[in-house]
Amino acid sequence: MTTTTAPTPVLEASGVTMRFGGLTAVRSVDLTVNSGEIVGLIGPNGAGKTTFFNCLTGLYVPTEGKVSYKGTVLPPKPHLVTSAGIARTFQNIRLFANMTVLENVLVGRHTRTKEGLWSALLRGPGFRKAEAASRERAMELLEFIGLDHKADHLSRNLPYGEQRKLEIARAMASEPGLLLLDEPTAGMNPQETRATEDLVFAIRDRGIAVLVIEHDMRFIFNLSDRVACLVQGEKLVEGTSEVVQGDERVIAAYLGEPFEGAPGDEELAEVEAAEASGTAEASDASDAQSTTSKEGTAQ
Amino acid sequence: MATTETTTSVRGLIALPQAAARALIALGAVATIASTFMSWTYTADFPGDLTYYGSPAGLQVLDLVAGALTLLFALTTWNVRGLGWLNPAGATQPVVLAATSAVAVSWFSAIAIAVDLKGLVALDPGAYIAAVGSLIGLLGALALPKPGDTFKDYVTKPENIPPAAKLPGWGERLVITAATAVALIVFTYGIGVDPDASETFLGYLLLVIFGAWALLTAGLFDRFAELNARHKGFATSMAFLAAAIFPFVENNEHNANLGVNILVVATVALGLNIVVGLTGLLDLGYVAFLGVGAYAAALVSGSEFSRFSGVQFPFWAAMLTGMAASLVFGVLIGAPTLRLRGDYLAIVTLGFGEIFRISVNNMDGSSGPNLTNGPNGISMIPDLKIFGFNFGSSHDVGGMTLGRFANYFLLMLLITALVVLVFNRAADSRIGRSWIAIREDETAATAMGINGFRVKLIAFALGASLAGLAGTVSAHVGYSVNPAPYQFAGSVPPNSAFLLAAVVLGGMGTVNGPILGATLLYLLPEKLSFLKEYQLLAFGVALVILMRFRPEGIIANRRRQLEFHETGQLDIPEQGLPDTTVGVTKAGA
Repeated sequence: MTTTTAPTPVLEASGVTMRFGGLTAVRSVDLTVNSGEIVGLIGPNGAGKTTFFNCLTGLYVPTEGKVSYKGTVLPPKPHLVTSAGIARTFQNIRLFANMTVLENVLVGRHTRTKEGLWSALLRGPGFRKAEAASRERAMELLEFIGLDHKADHLSRNLPYGEQRKLEIARAMASEPGLLLLDEPTAGMNPQETRATEDLVFAIRDRGIAVLVIEHDMRFIFNLSDRVACLVQGEKLVEGTSEVVQGDERVIAAYLGEPFEGAPGDEELAEVEAAEASGTAEASDASDAQSTTSKEGTAQ
Repeated sequence: MATTETTTSVRGLIALPQAAARALIALGAVATIASTFMSWTYTADFPGDLTYYGSPAGLQVLDLVAGALTLLFALTTWNVRGLGWLNPAGATQPVVLAATSAVAVSWFSAIAIAVDLKGLVALDPGAYIAAVGSLIGLLGALALPKPGDTFKDYVTKPENIPPAAKLPGWGERLVITAATAVALIVFTYGIGVDPDASETFLGYLLLVIFGAWALLTAGLFDRFAELNARHKGFATSMAFLAAAIFPFVENNEHNANLGVNILVVATVALGLNIVVGLTGLLDLGYVAFLGVGAYAAALVSGSEFSRFSGVQFPFWAAMLTGMAASLVFGVLIGAPTLRLRGDYLAIVTLGFGEIFRISVNNMDGSSGPNLTNGPNGISMIPDLKIFGFNFGSSHDVGGMTLGRFANYFLLMLLITALVVLVFNRAADSRIGRSWIAIREDETAATAMGINGFRVKLIAFALGASLAGLAGTVSAHVGYSVNPAPYQFAGSVPPNSAFLLAAVVLGGMGTVNGPILGATLLYLLPEKLSFLKEYQLLAFGVALVILMRFRPEGIIANRRRQLEFHETGQLDIPEQGLPDTTVGVTKAGA
C-alpha cells in the first residue's frame, strides 16, 4: 500500500465461531480489514473460508463472536448487511440467469433506492428520476467492467469470465465499503486472471476495501496487502504475502507433513538399497538408451 | 417421388414442375372456395344448415376462409405485386399450412356429416368438391421447394425472413388497427358459435390453429410483435377499444355473459401472474381470494340474504371493501408462510383454499357463526348503480342496445385495464425487478440487499387484492355467491387449478398470456359441450401436449423464450445456475 496514514478498520470480525451440530466449521476467527486494503483469505479445501464469508454476510448466524462494520455490529440478516455496506459475490456464480445484464446490476441498486410499490404504480416525477439515476449508475458500472455493449443480453448467455465480472458489477452497484470476493478467478485462464487482478486493483482505487478468497497463490500474493490462512476452521497465520508464503505451517497445510510413523533414515536407506539391486538391470538398459539418444541429439 | 438421391432444396416432396405445383394450389383453393357456395348435405339436421346453394353457412364459412387463405398464399408463390408482405421469405411452410387448414376443415366437415347423418350418402357434391379440391391444393403445396428434409422443417418458421419494409407511422398504426379488427372478428365468431354446434366450433379451432400457424411461419406474428413494441400505447388502447366494441357487435346476452366471465377469470389470472409468474411463488389456493372479495361485496351489497342486509355500500366502497378483505387474508396467509421456501407455501396455500371453502360452507349459524348463509350462499344480490346508471337494465347507446351483461362487461373491462396497468407498472420497477430476482435466485437476491420476506409479502398481498377486486364485480354479475366454485380443482371455472393453468398455458410473466389462456380455457369447455364428463381429461391431455412442445406457454415472455429454446451463444456454464438446496445450508456457496 502507498500512503495509509491512519488505517481505519472497515470490517472487524472477532471470535467468529460457526458450528453445525458437532462440526465446528469456523473456530474463533479474528480478522480485520482496513479501509483501502486488499486482504486475501487462503486455505485448503474445506478450511471454512466460504462458511466464514457466509457468517460475515449474514447468510449464517455465527454461533459465537461478532462482526462489525465501521464500528457498528452487523445484524445477522443478509439484506441488512448489504445495506450496511458489505457486498459479496459467490463461489459458484449466482446471477439472475433470466434477467438482462443491465437488470442484474439494477437489482444490485436495490438498497440504495427507496421507491416502493405505490410510487411504481403512480409513476410520479420522483420515481422517473430515481429510475433514470439508477440506470445511469448501472451503465457506468457496466462500462467500468467493460460490459456496457452487452447491457441487453440475458446474463445466462454471457461467457463464463463475463459472468464473473457481472457478478462483481452487481455487487458494486450496492455502493459497498467492503467487497467480498469468493474465488473470483476460479476456472479462468491466466489472461483472464490478470484482467481480474487489474479489476480488483481498480475497485480498491475507488476506495472500496476488498476481502478475497482464492486458491490461485500467484494471484493472491500479487494482489493482497495482507493474507490470512485458514486451516480446519482456525486462522493459522496472518501477515504480508512474504510472511505467509514463507510460513512452514501454511506449506504443511497445503502439501501435508510427514505423519508420526513415517519411515526413518535407516528404513529409507534399506528400501533404496533393495530398489537399487532389484532394478539394476532395467536401469542399465535405460541408461544405455538415454546415452544413445543423447548422442543422437548431439550429432 | 423417384429421384430422392440428389435431394436439392429446390425439389419438392412431390416431383412436379414448379409452375404446375403453383397452378394446382390455386386450382385447389378456388375449388374449395367454390364448393362452399354449394350444398354439402341434403338435410338441415347437420348444425349450421349446409343445404343452401349460394350462401355459405357454418363450416362452409370456415372452409371459405381457409380456401381464401390458401389462395392468397398461392398467389405469393407467383410473386404477385402487393402480396409480398404476406409471405416475406417466399417460404413453402405457410403455403403448406394454409392448404392443410383447408384440408382439415373440408375433411373434418365431410367426415362429421357422414358420421352424424349415418353414411356417405348424406354428402352432397359440394362436400366432395371441397374434400378433393382442398386435397389437390395440399398436393400442389407439397410439390413446392422443400424447406428441409424432415417433417419438422415444414412446421417451423424459416430463419431467413427479411426485415419488414419501413412504413410511415400512420401506416403502422393502420396495420395494428386492421389486425386488431381481424382478431375481434375471429374472437366474436368463436364466441358466437352455437354451443350445440360443436362440429362448427371444432372446425373453427382447426382453422384458427392451422391458419395462425401459417401466419406464424410466414413471420407475420414477429412483425406484428415488432410493430406493437414500437407503438405500445397505441396497440394496447386498440386492444381495449376492440374489447369495448365486443358487447356492441355481440347482442346475445348469453355470449355477453361469457365475455364478462372470461374477463373476470382473465383478471384474476393476471393477479395470480404477479405471484406465480413474476415472483415465482406457487399459490395453489388463489381462488380463495376471489371468493373473499366476492363474499365481502355480497355482504355489503344490501342483499336480504346477507348478514348485514340493511347495509348497502356504494360500489366504490364495496370494491375497496372486497380488496381490503382479500388483502387482509393475503397478509394473514402470507406472513407465516412466505418465510418458507416454495414447496411449503404451495401446500399451505392449497390448505388455505380448502379451509376458506369449508369455513364459508359452515358459517350458516348452526355449525358455525352466522355469516355466510352456508351452502345456500348469498343470493339476490342487487344490480349495481353507479351515478344513477343501473347495470341491471338495458340501455340504448348510439342506436345499440346494451343489455345487463354488456354493462357489466364494460365495467369489468375497465377493471381489467386497471389491473393490466398495475401489472405493467409494478413489473417494470424496482419492486418488480426484486420479484424476478427472487424467482431467479432467492439467496443471491437477499445478498443484493432485497428483503425477501417483505417483497414476497407485497407480491402476495397485491395479487390477493387484485383477485378480491375482480371478485366484487363477479358477485354482482352472477346475482349470488356460494362456496361451491371456490375449490382447488373442478370442471367449472374459476378454481385454483384452472387459474394456474391459464397462467402457465398462456405464458408466465406476460400480460397477454394469462388473458389468452383464461379465454381459451373458459371458451373451450363451453363450446365443446359434447365432451361432457371427459372435459377434465381433455384439459389434462391438452396441458401435457402444450408443456411438451411449448413449455414457455402460448405467448412467451422474451426471457422465458430464451430459457427454453436456447439460440446461439451456447458457451454457458451450467454451474452458474441456481441450485436450490434445502436444509441447513442457506447458501449453496
